[in-house]
Amino acid sequence: MTLVYPVQSLAAHPPRLSPAYKSTVKRSPSKPLIPMRHTLSELTGPVYGHETVRENDHDLTVQGKGEPLGERIIVHGHVLDEDGRGVPNTLVELWQANACGRYVHVVDQHPAPLDPNFTGAGRAQSDAQGYYRFVTIKPGAYPWGNHHNAWRPAHIHFSVFGHSFVSRLVTQMYFPGDPLFPFDPIFNSVTDEKARDRMISSFDLENTKPDWALCYRFNIVLRGRNATPMENK
Amino acid sequence: MEQAKPDGVTPSQTVGPYFAYGLTPNGKYDWNDTFSNNLVTADTSGERIRIEGQVFDGDGEVVPDCMLEIWQADAQGRFSDPQDKRALPNTSFKGFGRIGTDANGGFVFNTIKPGQVADPDGKPQAPHIVLAVFARGMLLHNYSRIYFDGEAANAADPVLALVPADRRATLIATRQPGNGNAVYRFDIHLQGDKETVFFDV
Repeated sequence: MTLVYPVQSLAAHPPRLSPAYKSTVKRSPSKPLIPMRHTLSELTGPVYGHETVRENDHDLTVQGKGEPLGERIIVHGHVLDEDGRGVPNTLVELWQANACGRYVHVVDQHPAPLDPNFTGAGRAQSDAQGYYRFVTIKPGAYPWGNHHNAWRPAHIHFSVFGHSFVSRLVTQMYFPGDPLFPFDPIFNSVTDEKARDRMISSFDLENTKPDWALCYRFNIVLRGRNATPMENK
Repeated sequence: MEQAKPDGVTPSQTVGPYFAYGLTPNGKYDWNDTFSNNLVTADTSGERIRIEGQVFDGDGEVVPDCMLEIWQADAQGRFSDPQDKRALPNTSFKGFGRIGTDANGGFVFNTIKPGQVADPDGKPQAPHIVLAVFARGMLLHNYSRIYFDGEAANAADPVLALVPADRRATLIATRQPGNGNAVYRFDIHLQGDKETVFFDV
């Protein structure tokens, strides 16, 4: 099977210049992008080896000396292509703030406590069906300097590879029902409501572990369609 | 297993200002790196090169919170990906690199000069590296290419030919004077008069 990557699929993404998110104003191209055909350079991509994904890299609650504070959660789902096929053996990296909304990054000056038992970085490899699973802490909302009283909705950053260099995706997973959604220019940079909804995880009671952790499902859909779809299915 | 057909791709969001401890910790955080900016191992064949530069925004200010990823063929023009069906003579060469820019917007990749890769018509492209640029303030990463000056094949490259002549230089790394391994300079301008050519791929 050969995958193709129609540029039409890119319409779901936010425009690069999205002035309500102020940092885009000086960092987005001012000249038109140049269309080109995909060559082998674009149609291939790094094949991730298993070597750097360690046994507990998917569980952010066991990386410290003790348990991190906050609400333990399971985040799981499938990495899919645009036809709904699982993307197997692909690297999924994530990073996030702690339960108080504080990142360990040196630049983060939000006056909320760091958690000595929580780094907030994880990685996993999807299985043969494209399934991945993380255990972590629900991140807190945090303020940022974009405008007066700006707060980011709670989110987890995801970085995923897929089948080619043009299926590469960095996104953010949000939590259902967040009251900050209407006020966040990054979330709302995605102008189509259905597309925005694809960034919101769903509460998953069936996979919530009794007496242990709530579960959220987040499917990640990457570019890539079968070049010769079966019309008679 | 096929899931319900999705109604579209998951939209991109910015990497934000805090990706470093997860994606490019580089010894500064208690987390190991998945990838590095050094693509070369002792048994890699090909001409060793160093690509260095800085990233600038539309005001000409350096961008210290940018992540760059590169993907390239080996010296024979073959990719370390089973989708490239040709045998790989250079199996230790993975062809992928990642780096976060430093406080001066600076970056370095140590790699090899890639070989030529054919375009979809079988026509050879000039040696090039594909580049993805991520940063706070970028809601979707930008794709570009790094070509090399002094390459006769640049004149016939089908992708460079799509680029207005007065902007082609933004895609060509310039060889720096000196002995030893070749050093190329490749600055990236996100916006403005010197704006790097980005491709709609």
